[in-house]
Amino acid sequence: MARAKDKETAGASARADERENGFVPPARLSVRKAYKMLVGGQFVRSESGRYIQVADPMSLGGTKENVPWASRKDVRDAVVVARGAWEGWSGRTAYNRGQILYRLAEMLEARQGELSRALERGGLDASRAATETAAAIDRVVSYAGWADKYQSLFSSLNPVAGPHFNFTVPESMGVVGVVAPARPALLGLLGAVLPIITAGNTVIVLASEEDPRTALVLGEALATSDLPGGVINVLTGRAAELLPHLAKHMEVAALDLHGVTPELARKAEEAAIVNVKRVRTRSIDEAAWFDADGATSPRWIERFVEMKTIWHPSGA
Amino acid sequence: MAAEGGNGKGAVGPSGVRTYPDFSAPTVDKVMVEERAASLGKRSIKKEAKVAGLLLSIAMMDLTTLEGKDSPGKVTQLCQKAMRPHASPEVPPCAAICVYPKLVPVAKRALAGSSVKVASVATAFPSGLSALDVKLDDVRRAVAWGADEIDMVIDRGALLAGEKTRIFDEIAATKEACGQAHLKVILETGELGTYDLVREASQIAMLAGADFIKTSTGKVTPAATPAVTLVMLEAIRDFFYATGKRIGMKPAGGIRTAKQALHYLVLVKETLGDAWLTPDLFRLGASTLLNDVLMQLEKERTGAYQSGDYFSKD
Repeated sequence: MARAKDKETAGASARADERENGFVPPARLSVRKAYKMLVGGQFVRSESGRYIQVADPMSLGGTKENVPWASRKDVRDAVVVARGAWEGWSGRTAYNRGQILYRLAEMLEARQGELSRALERGGLDASRAATETAAAIDRVVSYAGWADKYQSLFSSLNPVAGPHFNFTVPESMGVVGVVAPARPALLGLLGAVLPIITAGNTVIVLASEEDPRTALVLGEALATSDLPGGVINVLTGRAAELLPHLAKHMEVAALDLHGVTPELARKAEEAAIVNVKRVRTRSIDEAAWFDADGATSPRWIERFVEMKTIWHPSGA
Repeated sequence: MAAEGGNGKGAVGPSGVRTYPDFSAPTVDKVMVEERAASLGKRSIKKEAKVAGLLLSIAMMDLTTLEGKDSPGKVTQLCQKAMRPHASPEVPPCAAICVYPKLVPVAKRALAGSSVKVASVATAFPSGLSALDVKLDDVRRAVAWGADEIDMVIDRGALLAGEKTRIFDEIAATKEACGQAHLKVILETGELGTYDLVREASQIAMLAGADFIKTSTGKVTPAATPAVTLVMLEAIRDFFYATGKRIGMKPAGGIRTAKQALHYLVLVKETLGDAWLTPDLFRLGASTLLNDVLMQLEKERTGAYQSGDYFSKD
């Protein structure tokens, strides 16, 4: 006992010495996170080793945090895995895709606090962050519901003047490149990606440049959901640098551009000519993303399906 | 019974006992060979050098189809692709087509008048577990049907059981059965277990008369790896120093990307030098590699990453 007491006293005096020297040891060192992109279900840094610095308003002394700065080769790698995932994802039953999306909502619900905090660190106040997170989770549920229903809305039995059944059905396109809107960083990214994957496509999404960190936190939730690796690939970086490569890539079937400058959009459209990509642009204001009715219209799914028309002899 | 003992090069001495050359080979440092093989894959090869390497890899390719469902139609199609892999005139034809014996006449007909050779697997491919008579008959038929090259398999079970002289005799007998055809000896390194045994098997095959030594059948994982290829290349180098004979090398199986192909070219260049950078002494056995190489060449030409959708499947 006595010895322990001695030790304690010695420890206390040592701390007192340090204080006199102007050094106060912290209670514990916090563990900082290395934010990584999600490619093929794996967390990766940029192949280039480049980083973008993002402010961390919650830290003392205005420390900045590093998020990966994706390169052309990161885009290429992501396209390869997205293409690899497409067959499996589009081959699942629509009902199963809906179940997997609902499971994603379950995972996000459990991480509600973490996602809200990420949005706050990206510049939102607490109440707006909470509202956006809740809206984002609800959006996932909406599209989970659409997964096995939109087909009936878009399909048709066409009247033809001949002895044929003629019907039209929607099919997925393949790999789709998305530039997510700058704001809302979370709801906008999910709102853009969900209709595309609901239709059976796989996605490479370039996250908001204003708040890239939230997208990477979302990536952690995506990786723990039942979504197969490669269905959603999240890259952070500069759209102006990466979009032209995505637009030129022969493996990419379509682009969905949000909040892209007209010059960059034009450049993308010109590059997209090589394999006749579908290039969709959608510029809606920030408030419109929160309109649950408008933003969950099946028309957003329709933009990323190809219509297949089949003629079948009716034997008349 | 005579066939059981083989009629190979194991010379019969004055006492009537067969004597064999020395099969012993230096042991392999596993850590170092894997490290060196990996380090030779880290070079950045760009622009003109990359294009030159890719074109060379096409000229060295044994375009292979070894499936139970191979049909005359598929082999004919593959032959067309081997002769003219791409529309652009600078892309050379492949070195050879590699098929099962029954499809040799089909390939021979399709390739008539071209520089592309016909290679046939034989000797009860892929296991090699048949009587020697049957295996030699397999070889003779393939040659009679027009095969320019024979890819034989060794009996791995016998080698693992320590019957090195049997392996030697079988390879020597197969070489004799090949006649004018070139002989490639498949060691199936994925089943040999250690680099030491790979090195020893390479030594046996070269002493018994192999023109080429080849890593794998493509039916076993792991197939060709850079490390196992480096071990075999070093065996070839030491055999050249000892005998002055240049033996060829063919990694096969699991080589799917242009990047891997360039890695193998670097291994050859660094181990054996420029003399081996020719289709006569180095081949890549592959089925899907060609499309990736063509896609990379197109990428270099157009600047846009390519999609497999725009290249023929077989």
